[in-house]
Amino acid sequence: MKRHLATVIAAAAVLMLPASAEAQAPKKGGQLKFAVSAEPPDYDCHKNTSFAFIHPVRPHYSTLLKFDDKKYPAIIGDLAQSWQVSPDNLTFTFKLKPNVKFHDGTTLTSADVKASYERIVNPPAGVVSIRKASYTDIGAIDTPDPLTVVFKLKAANAGMLAQFASPWDCIYSAAKLKEDPKFPEKNIMGTGPFKFAGHTAGSHWIGERFADYHEPGKPYLDGFRAIFVSGAAMVNALQGGEVLVEFRGQSPANRDKLVAALGDKVKVVETPWICNLVVGFNTEKKPFNDPRVRQALSLAIDRWQGSQALSKIALVRDVGGVLRPGYELAATESELAKLPGFGKDIKKSRDEAKKLLKDAGVPELKFKLTNRNVPMPYTPVGVFLIDQWRQIGLNVEHEQLETKLYQAALSGGNYEAGLDFNCDYMDEPNILLIKYVSADKSSVNYGRYNDRKLDDLYEKQMRATDTKERIKLIREFEKHALEQAYTIPTIWWHRIIVHWQQMKGWDLTPSHYVGQDLASVWLDQ
Amino acid sequence: MLRYTIQRLLMMIPTLFGVAVLVFVMLRVMPGDIVELRLRGDGAQVTPELLAMERARLGLDKSLPAQFGDWMGGLLTGDLGISMWTGRPVAYEIGIRLELSLELAILATILATMLALPLGTLAALFKDRWPDRVISVFAIAGLAVPSFWFGMIIILTLLLNFNWMAPMTFTPFLEDPVKNLSQLIWPALAVGYRYSAVATRMTRSTILEVLQEDYIRTARAKGVYERLVVSRHAMRNALLPVVTVIGLEFAFLIGGLVVTEQVFNLNGIGKLFVNVLARGDYTMIQALVMLVAGFFIFVNFIVDLLYAVLDPRIRYS
Amino acid sequence: MTVPAVAISDLNYDRPKRRGLAARFVITHPLGAAGLFVIVVMILAGVFADWVAPYDPLTVNYGAMLARPSAEYWLGTDTFGRDVLSRIIHGARTALLVGFLSSFAGSTLGAIIGVASAYFGGRIDMIIQSFMDILLSFPIIVLALAVVAILGKNVAFGLDFNLIVAISIPMVPRVARVVRSSALAIREMAYIDAARTSGFSHTRIIFRHIVPNVTAPYLIMLTALIAQAILLEASLSFLGLGVTEPTAAWGLMLSGSADDFYQQAPWMIVFPGLAISLAVFAFNLFGDSLRDWLDPKIKI
Repeated sequence: MKRHLATVIAAAAVLMLPASAEAQAPKKGGQLKFAVSAEPPDYDCHKNTSFAFIHPVRPHYSTLLKFDDKKYPAIIGDLAQSWQVSPDNLTFTFKLKPNVKFHDGTTLTSADVKASYERIVNPPAGVVSIRKASYTDIGAIDTPDPLTVVFKLKAANAGMLAQFASPWDCIYSAAKLKEDPKFPEKNIMGTGPFKFAGHTAGSHWIGERFADYHEPGKPYLDGFRAIFVSGAAMVNALQGGEVLVEFRGQSPANRDKLVAALGDKVKVVETPWICNLVVGFNTEKKPFNDPRVRQALSLAIDRWQGSQALSKIALVRDVGGVLRPGYELAATESELAKLPGFGKDIKKSRDEAKKLLKDAGVPELKFKLTNRNVPMPYTPVGVFLIDQWRQIGLNVEHEQLETKLYQAALSGGNYEAGLDFNCDYMDEPNILLIKYVSADKSSVNYGRYNDRKLDDLYEKQMRATDTKERIKLIREFEKHALEQAYTIPTIWWHRIIVHWQQMKGWDLTPSHYVGQDLASVWLDQ
Repeated sequence: MLRYTIQRLLMMIPTLFGVAVLVFVMLRVMPGDIVELRLRGDGAQVTPELLAMERARLGLDKSLPAQFGDWMGGLLTGDLGISMWTGRPVAYEIGIRLELSLELAILATILATMLALPLGTLAALFKDRWPDRVISVFAIAGLAVPSFWFGMIIILTLLLNFNWMAPMTFTPFLEDPVKNLSQLIWPALAVGYRYSAVATRMTRSTILEVLQEDYIRTARAKGVYERLVVSRHAMRNALLPVVTVIGLEFAFLIGGLVVTEQVFNLNGIGKLFVNVLARGDYTMIQALVMLVAGFFIFVNFIVDLLYAVLDPRIRYS
Repeated sequence: MTVPAVAISDLNYDRPKRRGLAARFVITHPLGAAGLFVIVVMILAGVFADWVAPYDPLTVNYGAMLARPSAEYWLGTDTFGRDVLSRIIHGARTALLVGFLSSFAGSTLGAIIGVASAYFGGRIDMIIQSFMDILLSFPIIVLALAVVAILGKNVAFGLDFNLIVAISIPMVPRVARVVRSSALAIREMAYIDAARTSGFSHTRIIFRHIVPNVTAPYLIMLTALIAQAILLEASLSFLGLGVTEPTAAWGLMLSGSADDFYQQAPWMIVFPGLAISLAVFAFNLFGDSLRDWLDPKIKI
């Protein structure tokens, strides 16, 4: 048996070799220190939404599937050894890895998977399942044997498979959930590569290597220490080597500063990010009920030039529509340039904007842009937008509020234009387009409008299992959304990670929510 | 004296109760909602039913008098409640951060006193001559330089010019004094400068006042050596107002830490206050305000008692 | 009684009688005069900012981001290519407006409460004093932060009036205390009682006899609190809860990601901090001398 295991490891190592250029055998040992610029409020995956939760907590858990860090958006098994989708796209069958251990020594079975997903789809009283709305298509969950889980869908859903790789769908122990459905809120007990070893509120979080982790030979690290630190102090910690990395992303200024100070000691990796700042208009407030006004405000923004300038000072860079540029279902640059507000001739766009405003009877519109007081990237983008609108003669006031007040203003409809964000763990249109769907169907749409055409196209693309057909529907959705301009994309974020060279085996993905179980990370020291 | 002490102690109760009512009312008129912030924070789709469920769980659906009653009842039995954000006990959240803030305040006090007493005395002795003017400018500048800016400059100078960074996480003093001090001495310096400026000016003026008093003149006339006059006679009597200022500033320091802890990323109650205020975590804000106000009232009480003990001229009925 | 604790003066200045008021002030209080000079320069810069500043403080120029100090940009530019000098000059306007208005509002309200409390005495005095005690138990910044959180923003004419309210509220009990004790001393005088018994109205007695006697402490507090207000505004803006972008304000220039640029562009951090320090320094110098001059016994 031992010998057999050794062969598997050797085979795995050989397979891994060509993947990385600097093929080096991972070294064991060491504690990875990294910074997290906020802190998780409690410990329940199903209840949280922040990256500050993922970074310290994800290494303690496993999910059914996960994204392949090296080949995002490809999917690989985590707890699942293999999976099958029925031809009608209605039945998903997962075979689990045998002999997976929880941190308390018990063995994982299909009952644990079922109990965890039941908790997400139909949470018991008092349990918050925050992403429940994305799982309404799941009808029944069956467990024919201890290593098989079958999900039956009520309707075909083009994004469903990828959703089983969600970093939020931690698999809990059914036994613990039976004792107390709220057990995961205050306790951490999973099957992930690291055991929970302590959390000092406001300060740090410690994980220790789990010897019985289900991926043989992993994790490489002895443990990790997440240090809660933000702003300038975080960058200073990185510069001083107190932490080796921060996994959310650095501003370009910080990147330049760190590279200037540390040179070859650090490595910089960058990618377009699945996060977009959008301007939402409150269609209940005049004149924002007029599509001409909204479109004019979109036309006035020079996204192409803005991306060049802003990318020097803020963590935004990529020009895109409703989906992340570079994603296979997103509009190409030439498709994009035909949409209002994305034309390359800014003078022409601005003239058109002025004309539209004149036609609408508000050539010298004055309004307030409600923004949150988060310095990066909200403040620079807010200042940028106001300057852009100034260039067609508009006087826009910048109202920066604390997040709590900002949220109250947006959800209470107490704003005119608001700088909102659309950010998630994968590119999936089902998740990202919900921002644009009618207010009575989407709780993240603060624009207070209903547009049945958008709803219809959204529903159709979700059910379209043929990719070409789906792309066509999405293009139609995008065109209508941008012409109506209820909510307009500004500039997509750009994820920049600066890490010390000794951290190896970590790969950059377009989302700060995925690729964070730290199982393959090792220290070269 | 005993009667006075008890009387003063009893007088603290209505003030504290007033603080409690004021904080409670202020929080309930504050816009924004912790439940929405918590659940919608990163753009999740949340139904109104879910929001209502969470509000009920936190007791926010109860009537205001009922909420106030719950809080007061808890306070009387020593139960500060549960943080609405983390679900951990308020006493725990504050407890783990209090040591750092208290130590920082004490360090700043020591630094400030060590600077203020000699400088203030020197300024008084050289009144209107250049040492006085230099010290006076130093002191007025101390009141002028924003402590957060001073802190930023300290951090950046250490990092860029000395390539050195203070430890990130707190180590209790008894565990490792060197590590502890190397983290806290810098913020103590940043807040201590202002503090020392206030105390220097107070020391100077009280010593000047005392030097004018008759018995000092007598001592001088008798030919008592100048240094002796200062140390024996002037200092002792000047101490009272200086102690007052040090005491009151100490109480205020806890408030002043709000900005400094932010700049130095210290896990103390000042930073905690900014965080819980931003989240609208009622139970935490209430407890912290009561703590700080209670502390301030208590220090005032001690200062009053000191006056009564140290200065026989003060009589209380 | 508390912040800033300022010296009790010990001097009886021999005031030359024949020279003008201003000349006398300059001679007896050279430091105060220096402070006054800086204040006057600041006021002029603030009032004539549109003419004095070399650039518009709001114009974004992506071609000149983070430019070093040069003949073109004396104090360099910030991340948006905005001229730092122009923003500091316009920032003087923000600082002075917020400083004056909040100090004026706080001191005046405090003085009214102090006078009323002293004049009417008895139960009214007790109620007012206990309420002032409650307010005094909050550290200044804690109270200001709470008020900002409650009121939110209310921007008009480019100024956030709720911010001014938030800064002035913590001042009220402090001024009320000082003014009350000055007014109490007057109230005890026999002629006030005489005036009361002879049937003069409260208004008349207050304005004829009490107000003139509390003017000195009022003015002293007003000046001292301007410095406090400027510092408090800077702190709040630094925490992201005061003035917001793109308005030019000193504390704001230091907030957010400003210190990310310390190495690349130290001018972005150094100059606004110096501006705050200089302004507060000047007001403190002037305030101190004014106190010495008007009423050396006042403790604030």
